[in-house]
Amino acid sequence: MILLPCPWCGPRDAGEFGYVGEIGVRPDPEAATTEQWRDYLYFRQNVAGWTRERWYHRMGCRRYLAVQRHTLTNEVRSASQHAGQGDDS
Amino acid sequence: MTMRLDRQPGEVIDRRVEFTFDWNGRTYPAHPGDTIASALAACGERIFSRSFKYHRPRGLLTASHLDPGCIVQVGDEPNVRGGHRLVHAGMQVRSQDTWPTLELDVKAANDLLGRFLPAGFYYKTFIHPRALWPSYERVLQRFAHGGVVSAEPPHPADRYDKRHVHPDVLVAGGGPAGMATAVAAARAGARVLLVEEEPALGGHLRWGRERELSALAELRDLVATTPGIEVLTDSVVLGRYDDNWVAVLQRGLPHVRERLVKARARSLVVAPGLIERPYVFAGNDVPGVLLSTAARRLVNLYAVRPGKRAVVLTANAEGDTAALDLERAGVEVVHVEDARRGGDVVRVLGRRGVQAVEVAGGDRIDCDLLVTAVGWTAPASLLTMAGDVPVYDRRAARFRPDPARLPDDVLPTGGIVGDGSLEQLVAHAEATGQEAARRARGETAVEITALPVEPHPALFHGRTHGIVDFSEDVSSKDLLTAVEEGYDSVELAKRYSTATMGPTQGKLEVVNVVAILAEATGRTIEQTGTTTWRPPYVPVTLGALAGRTREPKRCSPMQTWHQRHGAAPLVAGAWIRPDHYGDPAGEVRAVREHVGIIDVTPIGKLDLRGPDVPELLNLLYVNRWSKLGTGRVRYGVMCAEDGVVLDDGVTGRLDDEHYLMSTTSSGAASVWEWVERWLQTEHPDWRVHVTPVTTAYASINVAGPRSRDLLRRVVEEVDLAPETFPYMHVRRGRVAGVPGCVLWRIGFTGELSFELHVPAAYGLHVWETLLDQGRDLAVQPFGIEAQRILRLEKGHLIVGQDTDGMTRAFGASLDGLVRLDKDDFVGRPELVWQDQGRGHPRLVGLRTVDGSVVPAEGSQLVEDGGRICGRVTSSRMSPTLGRSICLAQVAAHLAEPGTEVTVRLTTGGTAAAIVAQQLAHVDPEGGRLRV
Repeated sequence: MILLPCPWCGPRDAGEFGYVGEIGVRPDPEAATTEQWRDYLYFRQNVAGWTRERWYHRMGCRRYLAVQRHTLTNEVRSASQHAGQGDDS
Repeated sequence: MTMRLDRQPGEVIDRRVEFTFDWNGRTYPAHPGDTIASALAACGERIFSRSFKYHRPRGLLTASHLDPGCIVQVGDEPNVRGGHRLVHAGMQVRSQDTWPTLELDVKAANDLLGRFLPAGFYYKTFIHPRALWPSYERVLQRFAHGGVVSAEPPHPADRYDKRHVHPDVLVAGGGPAGMATAVAAARAGARVLLVEEEPALGGHLRWGRERELSALAELRDLVATTPGIEVLTDSVVLGRYDDNWVAVLQRGLPHVRERLVKARARSLVVAPGLIERPYVFAGNDVPGVLLSTAARRLVNLYAVRPGKRAVVLTANAEGDTAALDLERAGVEVVHVEDARRGGDVVRVLGRRGVQAVEVAGGDRIDCDLLVTAVGWTAPASLLTMAGDVPVYDRRAARFRPDPARLPDDVLPTGGIVGDGSLEQLVAHAEATGQEAARRARGETAVEITALPVEPHPALFHGRTHGIVDFSEDVSSKDLLTAVEEGYDSVELAKRYSTATMGPTQGKLEVVNVVAILAEATGRTIEQTGTTTWRPPYVPVTLGALAGRTREPKRCSPMQTWHQRHGAAPLVAGAWIRPDHYGDPAGEVRAVREHVGIIDVTPIGKLDLRGPDVPELLNLLYVNRWSKLGTGRVRYGVMCAEDGVVLDDGVTGRLDDEHYLMSTTSSGAASVWEWVERWLQTEHPDWRVHVTPVTTAYASINVAGPRSRDLLRRVVEEVDLAPETFPYMHVRRGRVAGVPGCVLWRIGFTGELSFELHVPAAYGLHVWETLLDQGRDLAVQPFGIEAQRILRLEKGHLIVGQDTDGMTRAFGASLDGLVRLDKDDFVGRPELVWQDQGRGHPRLVGLRTVDGSVVPAEGSQLVEDGGRICGRVTSSRMSPTLGRSICLAQVAAHLAEPGTEVTVRLTTGGTAAAIVAQQLAHVDPEGGRLRV
């Protein structure tokens, strides 16, 4: 299985992690229309290429991390510690 | 009549020992080292099975693991590869799916009906009339191929196992290239795992002559003496997954049936050698037609003479050597047909065995053995699993790996890469081993000089139609039929004809299939391409994939007490909980009338500390939390971003910056993850520390009018008087002498009750003390079932039972709790829209008109014409009221109290029911809670 680069534990087998999902931009809950909000809830970019996604190291350090993964080759690179929305690494 | 030869220099049998085994009810002799196939062949047996569709008699073809003609039943184990499995004393071996006997198989009538069973016949026949489908099924079942699986429970010795390894270099294949690679990598400092399919290392060297045997001895010695190499024999690499995660199946262990070895290898070296390809012509599946490697294996490894009079069709040096081996073994080689000089075999005559061979030029030669050597196939599956797309090499008439497309951590070596002398192969393998070790250390990849590739004639099929896929009984004619019917791509033709879909999985037949399809469609082999190789490379039992069963159980510290006192166990996730102690209705009465205690340890508990905890609570709960004072407890509901109810529980403020949150038992882990997610990804600036304490505390709920009286006897440091300890408050103190306990007054059961959270090690002590001290108060333990009834009487919802994956907060009748005027909280946007919409279903209390009817949970509510308008979510007979009570989800237009609805009972028929005034059936004002 894929090796995920956990920033705290090092490269670990993907089976230790829970897959959270593609990282999308959370619209402003005050201003969003129903369509914008539901796009955020249910639709994904699902690119054939590099995607940013979040994983949770459930059987390890229990931190959330963000990685970039190439959906065609499963090559995984870089992770960031905060895995926040505004984080662009 | 024996076909066993005198001692051969490379033989693997031990002639000092002889034992017997059973084949189809008759006894046969064998030596240690014999396979089932070799032992039977030594006795002159030639027919081992009947083919899949036509039930034609079949004999040996490859005399190896791949042999499609020798798949047999051993004891209760079906589908054993007779060309690979070592025979042992007393083994009971039977042919598969032959009736009444292997010799006289009635289903061979299929062969005569051949023209009605062409490729894809199941798409065209046995379709009409539909009413006959059950009969067709019964008939076709009898013809389904395969062995017999015993219905007996597994033998205790029938164990499967798993192992995890992290080699620097994993070498798949233990022939000369594999061995040389392993030694070179180990010498370069790598930890090596060498995996070989046969029971011993050596590959094709084992059935060679003096030169090969002496090279074999040398390499074996090097492997044994070089430190850092672990060898697994009778083991196969099943597949290569991302990042060189490699599955290896280890067989032949004395105490375990099969072991699945999961390896994370830094470098993977693929050295599977080459697989010899059969030739396609009329009669190519008649017993007595062997590949040259089969003949050489039988003669040199097992000292078995494969026949008496042979014709050899050869197109390469290995075929030439086979002819010499046969002569040495006393077989009369009456004719050698050299394909390099235009020679060809037209057909084989004979049905139960080869009787004659017709060669190009018209001669008919009487013989009982035909050996073919027409070419090699590269078993590239592991490489393709790593992303390679092999390239067809016309000169060599075979596919070869494309190094440009392989990832850096996968290296091929040996015959799969090219040809050359043994010295050249070993040199390439050594270079590969060193490079694999370097790359395992993280050094940059360096290219290895390729091996030369020798030309080989392109021979796939002759001038007559024959069997292409021996396992699936697919002939070249069937492939042409597939093309005629429009299935002309290799992927479609494969599926339509089932070629390459049998036990050999394409290893013997895919290139012939591709060549025939290419010709039929006017394309080249390159243009046609091959089908996709997928794991597993060889069959693996479900047992090996499952490994040992481990089902961890979680028990509270009081579980031993529950068991001793007759609690019926309830499995709730991994927890074992007490369902009841024999009389749940009695337990309900005990709680309503005096006092009961229940073990609720699995309730999720999170310890929250920090100045920003109120922010967190406001964000995740639908109600307000900023003004929760110290010592107060509040009920909260969490929703997901789509407004759907996620979890509920109470949270209490123990101190300024110290809170204790409780969740449902099934949500204990997921709510913790949820909380962490919002803190880590959205609000890393908030100062909140979360510690899961679900199992750090044993939790006991003491409920009933006498609960305060009971606690007065065991609680210290807390004033239990109703004025000082009101409903929905929390205190800390000592219980039964144990410090650090948390007590809160909540009301799930609807009676005066206190929930105690006791440091887990003292759980049993507190439990027993309560029972002891409360004897004269008639204290009784109660279980989950009683609690379910009690909470239902009070109309308290259970998330996941009274709500589902579509129930947003208003649909669960939580209107009073949701604060839409709060700042952003999770679920708010959808809840605003839900509130505006108003057409949503609602959760209501429901009572059947006939109180003795207890509808099953999940029963549908229906209206005119059977249209579903809701369902019963919770339902029990209430001991307190003496009648049934329910909660139900109903469509908006039926949610008004007093509305009559119809319940469709699972027992048949319907029952009338009335929507209740409120959710609670007992004490709706909640007076009993607040005493």
